[in-house]
Amino acid sequence: MAPTHRAPASDARPDTAGPAKAATATRAGRRPALGHPLLRHGLWALAALAAVALLTAATGPVTDLRVADVGLHLLAVAGLQLLVGTSGQVSLGHGAFMFVGAYTMALLVVNLPAVPLAAGMAAACAAGCLAGLAVGAATARLHGPYLAGATLMLAVGLPAVALRFPDLLGGANGLAFTAIGAPPALSGLVDDTQWRALVVWTVALIGLVVLATATRGRLGRHLRALRDDPTAAALSGIPVGRARVTAFVISAGAGSLAGACQAYVLGTATPSTYALTLSLVLLAALVLGGLGSLWGAFWAALAIVYVEVAGTELAHALELDTDVRNNLPVVFFGAVLIIIVLAWPRGVHGALSALGRHRSTPSQTGDS
Amino acid sequence: MDGHVLSVEQLTVAFGGLTALDRVTFDVPHRSVVGLIGPNGAGKTTVFNAVSGVVRPREGTLRRHGRPLRRHRPHHLPRLGISRMLQGLGLFPGMTVLENVMVGADPLATGGLPGMLTGLGRAPRDERRVRERAEAALHEFGVADTAHALPGTLPYGVQKRVALARACVCSPELLLLDEPASGLAADEVSELAERVRGMRAHGSVLLVEHHMDLVMRVCDRVVVLDFGRVIADGTPDEVRADPAVERAYLGPPEGDGDLLAPDGPEEARDGR
Ligand SMILES: Nc1ncnc2c1ncn2[C@@H]1O[C@H](COP(=O)(O)OP(=O)(O)OP(=O)(O)O)[C@@H](O)[C@H]1O
Ligand SMILES: [Mg+2]
Repeated sequence: MAPTHRAPASDARPDTAGPAKAATATRAGRRPALGHPLLRHGLWALAALAAVALLTAATGPVTDLRVADVGLHLLAVAGLQLLVGTSGQVSLGHGAFMFVGAYTMALLVVNLPAVPLAAGMAAACAAGCLAGLAVGAATARLHGPYLAGATLMLAVGLPAVALRFPDLLGGANGLAFTAIGAPPALSGLVDDTQWRALVVWTVALIGLVVLATATRGRLGRHLRALRDDPTAAALSGIPVGRARVTAFVISAGAGSLAGACQAYVLGTATPSTYALTLSLVLLAALVLGGLGSLWGAFWAALAIVYVEVAGTELAHALELDTDVRNNLPVVFFGAVLIIIVLAWPRGVHGALSALGRHRSTPSQTGDS
Repeated sequence: MDGHVLSVEQLTVAFGGLTALDRVTFDVPHRSVVGLIGPNGAGKTTVFNAVSGVVRPREGTLRRHGRPLRRHRPHHLPRLGISRMLQGLGLFPGMTVLENVMVGADPLATGGLPGMLTGLGRAPRDERRVRERAEAALHEFGVADTAHALPGTLPYGVQKRVALARACVCSPELLLLDEPASGLAADEVSELAERVRGMRAHGSVLLVEHHMDLVMRVCDRVVVLDFGRVIADGTPDEVRADPAVERAYLGPPEGDGDLLAPDGPEEARDGR
């Protein structure tokens, strides 16, 4: 079987069964997929949310916050996946869109405390989409290293804006606010940290459902086509420039929503959270998790959170002084990245799906 | 519908100081196969690039059914009923054969961005229509069994068929084929000739080809380019007998059906 890491077997396309298709459904075990893509992805999302609820109910506040952290990074990396893995535009500035979302959220809560959480999230997403439109349009003619360079400047420059306007954006200390806790009606059932994890995962899963539906349908085909061969894509009727900008907008919307979630969880938005390292870590984690699949984004989010946790614990255990301790997680992350990419050039997801194929080869004609 | 499917009038294309096309004029009539031949570098691919909006001509007019095509862009081609198979095939290496052909069938979809993001509205019907048409094309070109393979894993001849299926999936009124026979075995060339002849049932073909046997067999008319100029235009027999063509291009006639120019390394410079 061909290497299909970009179109994994789980890639659920609307395979409506019919006599005309029997002849082409040659891939072993390709079952007609269940109903509408939105329904299918929605059921996945509900299952995931239930798992998060069970997990956070069984564990304490520390784990709750880590689970929330995984959820928001999953959303951020999934947005980056659409841009880098699907449309082939390498961006080093994804953290800047998280910055936009976090500060939109923080500004809203600080200045208009009555605004409901959902509206804050929507506003943050809209602000991110606008930022993505601006950046995507401005860089429309840039490719490869030039695009990477331009987005790198964005990642460096945007957090500095907070320092330029200390009155509005709080300077280096950022904006702090009291995060909205669990609604009183649920106070006996869920505690505050568990509630935050559930809110983050709800937002992240809504975002993921949209991203999955988009990448597995027509839009995903457009983006992969222009990534692989822009001329041939254009000749097939795809407006290449506009599709590239669309990818930027969607990706920025997801990144900014993730940033809003982060501000909500932390109860603060600071420029140092969205420094260049964040953008680099997001991209590195994406490569580590595997380009081209949402599962890759999941492994990336786990890696971002837990490698950092392990690094911090190691630093504590070795009783290093603070300068070293603050930088150890990044070094640790780099080391893990290098090891994983050397061992599995296609990232964790690539390695796992190769393993799955290898296992299933002997019984290829059987069930699946 | 009036006029020719495509009229090329006084087309002049220059790259810096180099005049790649010099007042090129010819027509592609309705339901016909027109061959466009000439030595390497004569400007054949440049004609395709001008017709498909990839390069801007310095002068001249392109007409479709008598109406001028102005400032059209490559992604307008499907809407104009024109489809092009690239000299280097231009298959998408990271997409399966079926997905490649589905991209070709994408102009059949009518929904907008909201539907693509949510899968709601017209999206399911679009998806079904695109997929069904792509699958039908895969059957028609005999590559249905490779639907879920990546193009790079297939033999070159099969890849060509996939590229042809992608170019034909929307039943274009005008198909631009750039060296479809290069790299094919003799029996595959015969099959290709059959297909190209068959395409006259619903449209026209403009065929760039070095394989003279194929050109003489399938074309209703042949246009000969040399250094960016049209040096002959007529039926295959007329062109064959034209002394100017012989001088510029054919060399001394020694039997028919031979390859007049070796199939060079087209992939090295696929003229985009
Ligand atoms: N984008 C470009 N920029 C500069 N010069 C070009 C460009 N495209 C083509 N040319 C030049 O224009 C001339 C015609 O090229 P073209 O690719 O049209 O030839 P062709 O007839 O298709 O040749 P072949 O049979 O080798 O494919 C050549 O001299 C080529 O080098
Ligand atoms: Mg050429």
